[in-house]
Amino acid sequence: MILNEILSVFTSEYFFVVIRMATPIILAAIAETFLERSGIINLGCEGMMMFGAFFGALGSWLTGNPYLGLLLAIISGLVAGGFFGFMTISLKGNQIVVGMAFIVLGYSLTSFLYRMILGIQLHPVKVAGIQAFDIPLLSQIPIIGRVFFQQNPLVYFTYFVIIAAWVIMYRTSIGLKISAIGENPKAADSMGINVIRWRYICTIATGALFAIAGACLSLTQLSLFADNMTGGRGFFALAAVILGRWNPIGATAGALLFGAGDAFQMRLQAYGIPIPSDVLLAMPYVLTLLAVIFFRNRSSYPPSALTQPFEREVNKSHGK
Amino acid sequence: MQPIVQMSDIVKTYPGTLANDHVNFDLKKGEIQCLLGENGSGKTTLMNVLYGISQPDSGQILLNGSSVKIKSPLDAINNNIGMIHQHFMLVSPFTVIQNIIMGEKSPKEPFLDFQTAAEKINDISCSIGLPVKLKAKIWQLGVGDQQRVEIIKALYRGAKILIMDEPTSVLTPIETKELFQAIKKLTTDGLSVVFITHKLEEVMAISDRVTVLRQAKKVATIDTKDTNKKELANMMIGKEFIKNIYSKSVHYGKTVLDIKDLYVKNEMNIQSLNGISLSIREGEILGIAGVSGNGQEEIVDSILGVKNPEKGEIFINGKNSSLWKTRKIIKSGVSCIPFDRQNNGLVLELPIYESMMLKGWDELPFTKNYLLQENQIKNFTNTKLKEYDVIAQGASTKVSNLSGGNQQKVVLARELSSQPKLLLACNPTLGLDLGAAQFVLQKIIEARNEGSAVLFISTELEEVLSISDRTLVLFAGRIKGEVHQNSTMEEIGLMMAGSETTNLECD
Amino acid sequence: MSEIISDEQTKTNHLEKSVRKFEKYFSIFLPFLTVLGAFLVSALLIFIVGESPFEAIKALVNGAFGTLYDAAFSLNRSTPLILAGLGIAIGIKGGIFNLGGEGQIAIGGLFTTIVGIYFQMLPPYILIPLCLLAGFLGGGLLGMIAGYLNAKLNINTIISTLMLNYIGFAIVSLMVKGPLQEPPGIYIQSPKVGASAILPILIPGTRLHFGFIIALIMAVIIYIVLYRTPFGYELRIIGKNEKAAKYAGINITRTKVLGFLISGGLCGLAGGVEIIGYQYRLREAFLPNYGFDAIAVALLGQLNSFGIILSGVLFGGLRAGASAMQRAIHLPQSLASVVQAIIILFVAGSSALSYLPKYFAKRSVKNDTE
Repeated sequence: MILNEILSVFTSEYFFVVIRMATPIILAAIAETFLERSGIINLGCEGMMMFGAFFGALGSWLTGNPYLGLLLAIISGLVAGGFFGFMTISLKGNQIVVGMAFIVLGYSLTSFLYRMILGIQLHPVKVAGIQAFDIPLLSQIPIIGRVFFQQNPLVYFTYFVIIAAWVIMYRTSIGLKISAIGENPKAADSMGINVIRWRYICTIATGALFAIAGACLSLTQLSLFADNMTGGRGFFALAAVILGRWNPIGATAGALLFGAGDAFQMRLQAYGIPIPSDVLLAMPYVLTLLAVIFFRNRSSYPPSALTQPFEREVNKSHGK
Repeated sequence: MQPIVQMSDIVKTYPGTLANDHVNFDLKKGEIQCLLGENGSGKTTLMNVLYGISQPDSGQILLNGSSVKIKSPLDAINNNIGMIHQHFMLVSPFTVIQNIIMGEKSPKEPFLDFQTAAEKINDISCSIGLPVKLKAKIWQLGVGDQQRVEIIKALYRGAKILIMDEPTSVLTPIETKELFQAIKKLTTDGLSVVFITHKLEEVMAISDRVTVLRQAKKVATIDTKDTNKKELANMMIGKEFIKNIYSKSVHYGKTVLDIKDLYVKNEMNIQSLNGISLSIREGEILGIAGVSGNGQEEIVDSILGVKNPEKGEIFINGKNSSLWKTRKIIKSGVSCIPFDRQNNGLVLELPIYESMMLKGWDELPFTKNYLLQENQIKNFTNTKLKEYDVIAQGASTKVSNLSGGNQQKVVLARELSSQPKLLLACNPTLGLDLGAAQFVLQKIIEARNEGSAVLFISTELEEVLSISDRTLVLFAGRIKGEVHQNSTMEEIGLMMAGSETTNLECD
Repeated sequence: MSEIISDEQTKTNHLEKSVRKFEKYFSIFLPFLTVLGAFLVSALLIFIVGESPFEAIKALVNGAFGTLYDAAFSLNRSTPLILAGLGIAIGIKGGIFNLGGEGQIAIGGLFTTIVGIYFQMLPPYILIPLCLLAGFLGGGLLGMIAGYLNAKLNINTIISTLMLNYIGFAIVSLMVKGPLQEPPGIYIQSPKVGASAILPILIPGTRLHFGFIIALIMAVIIYIVLYRTPFGYELRIIGKNEKAAKYAGINITRTKVLGFLISGGLCGLAGGVEIIGYQYRLREAFLPNYGFDAIAVALLGQLNSFGIILSGVLFGGLRAGASAMQRAIHLPQSLASVVQAIIILFVAGSSALSYLPKYFAKRSVKNDTE
């Protein structure tokens, strides 16, 4: 029976894959949460992830060392994040439009550079990937050990990011500052918080996180670079932020949901269950839409100053 | 003695406007100095310069005799300057304590230390007699309490110079009294206070000295004890101050608006109207007095159908309009000068004529055969601009290029041109200079004399009392009472404060 | 009111006037500056990867407008861009950021194909309008779903339109692999639409079809709707200030959902016109990334019908020229998308450029006084 087959999907192996699949989405969703908390929406996180995926693969291909690839990815993320900040914070460009440009730029520039540097290839070039690493003792725990502690180092890094994100957001003065500049930048400014500086810090730091998320794809999941390989995961991250109500733990939960959906459709395909593959491929997107509809909450609002550039002195045409 | 603040020759221009024209200002240690002037005279701009929000085009600032550059509020805070803005600078989903400590270095940096902060805040708030609830969220507090948070926020950062921008405009008379006591207490502790206001009574009541600004220029600085209201008024408006006495209604017609037992909840799902009943007749101005945030906006929104009442009924000309859509209500003869005219009444980025047609755009003469008649619309607009004395280049000028007073005139022209049966006038003179304000009030009186029923809502108590034929006092979503001919100011003040005062105790 | 007019006051008035005058010309000039800047940056990029920017641009321009045939093909490529660009623009005018153009194009193409295949017995003067209407409705329906979710359930339109894109792709894939697949089922594509559904070619021997004229007509219609009808007025007021619209009694839900219908409908029409004008049959991803490019077209065209025609032709030329460039010299076609992304960035940054006149005017006045 199909139902039995579907149920048989849920093994510890399945949950192991869920965690692995969700990792890049979690990283991107947490980064986006912080960014939106600071009053900036980065629609282009998909593009930023493409940069990370490409430069990660490129670095690994050039040096043969995936960690140097990761380093190159992080550098690309810092640069891209800084540039995004310059466009939206200093030039006050419309955040949605700049984000749009980053989506297109992420897809096209990586594709362009890939062909320029590696030439036109029939098959994707394999690069050295980051290997899984069992954590001593913890990985021996039945089921949990397999699911959580036989993963690759980027997954462990993500565990750390989840905890750190929560602590920073709710227990430090940094988190308070970031929330303040996203809710009421004028109030924050009048209390001596440097709105511009903190928004830059957010765009640059999250740029690095987006890039690591992208590098997860090219260095741990596939060990290669392919055009458009993020396949909308950046958009899932955007949805996860809304589902998680701008809370890093909530965003993680949302991202896990999409990871679960993604892993589920992969499993079903692998099992040869007679559902057209297009339906399966579309499932995560349908799931996302349904989740956003189902978990909607009228009393939860995005940060008040989201998408609004900050200007201390408004050039009003009539003084007061 | 050397003044602790000296501002000399401050010039500040905004595009199209000169806000400060070579202004000099100085503040002595331990004094309360009022900065008096009409709206638009440059008081706030001058203090924004001192607090680092605005950068002057030229001029110099000396603190304790040494020249300083104040480039940002952070510089101001580091120089022990604090400012309470007219529009509070609070993060509303944050708690009181979060608002107070944000941006300050915590003893356990980078981790927050609520314990130590709470103790310090309690010390400060009790020493000046303004206790606050530390764990409450800002949106849960009334404006009076929010102002306390603002004051404590400044003191928490060690302010020695405190700037307060029109602090009493949001307070009840009783809260005002408490505030004055707290300010006097602060100055005995060695603080210096700049108190921005346009109210003469307040100048006389609280200040040691007063500086008068008029049209971006400084008129004079004098000791309060050597002057009087009349002289100050003269300096402030540059001519004899005539207190307007408005004629009262001579003829009432039939009831136009009848509200019965209205209950409304706001966005936060908090009960903001608790059973309001009121009615207005043709040719009558009904005034609503009260501190803002006590349900005024909800009354207007439910009459207009922008918000749905939870319980109760609204009748317009005898018909139950509670469930009507806004468009139908407007077409039945209701006009509104909204509270937030820039956001709710105008479209700033579009030309004037597109705001002017925002009432009857889909009817003749603006629309004919399903097409907009641009010439008709522009002609109409130009006629109205002339009639209402709006200073603008033409119908195609952007609304954002008009001054505040002219923007309000555009709203007024549009809303009165349809000869409304019911006019809702919400803070219609807020932020206008005296000339513009009197013009607006005069037009409202004219509308009343032609038979409109007017609901007049204002936070300026004197204005409400002077223009209304009847006045009700609103508090916490209830009508607290009606003002009678022999009501004293104390009685009205008590009604505005809701008679039962909720006082927090200090331990 | 007594007026105190000082030197400073007259100076600021004077300044204001000259700035306004300058701004007027500047705003017309700006898009050209934007494109120029974007091409300079792209040239730099080409230089960095070790190719000659001059050769590249020469190949690109040659490919796009070198011969009548090439130029006609550029206009062919610009047709869906103009149509979808108009859709995006009317959305933005109403405060709707439609990121769902991709999916709407796909569904529009699907609907048109279905009508073009199953009703091919009808004569052209009935079938062609029917095909266009189907395309409009297909895209419009997908747009309306997002609009309805937003109006009734307060669902973020960015998320819903993005997700609906993928759902739209999936539906098209399912159809061309299933019920709509061309027998005997070797290729993943539909059969050709009926001959009577096909739009006439404008210049014989080229690929410029009647769809381009449809795009021009739609540009005029959209202008009239936006600026000459009460509905357009309501939509624009909502786009600029939703609260004022609410207080004036504009039915925001209805107007916005209609706005989504038109915005998505025009994208759908772009897909439909592409099918009956050029490709004649439905394939997966038959207009890749055109939905996103349309946003760039709309923005560069300053949301104005005439501007959108110009920027549509520019982007169409880029598309057409890029494939020619790839053949002529060894630069990948994706360079065209890079150039487009840079143009969008310049458009976004140009709001900062519009401060320039104010800045310079202020400085010149300051220098005079010192």
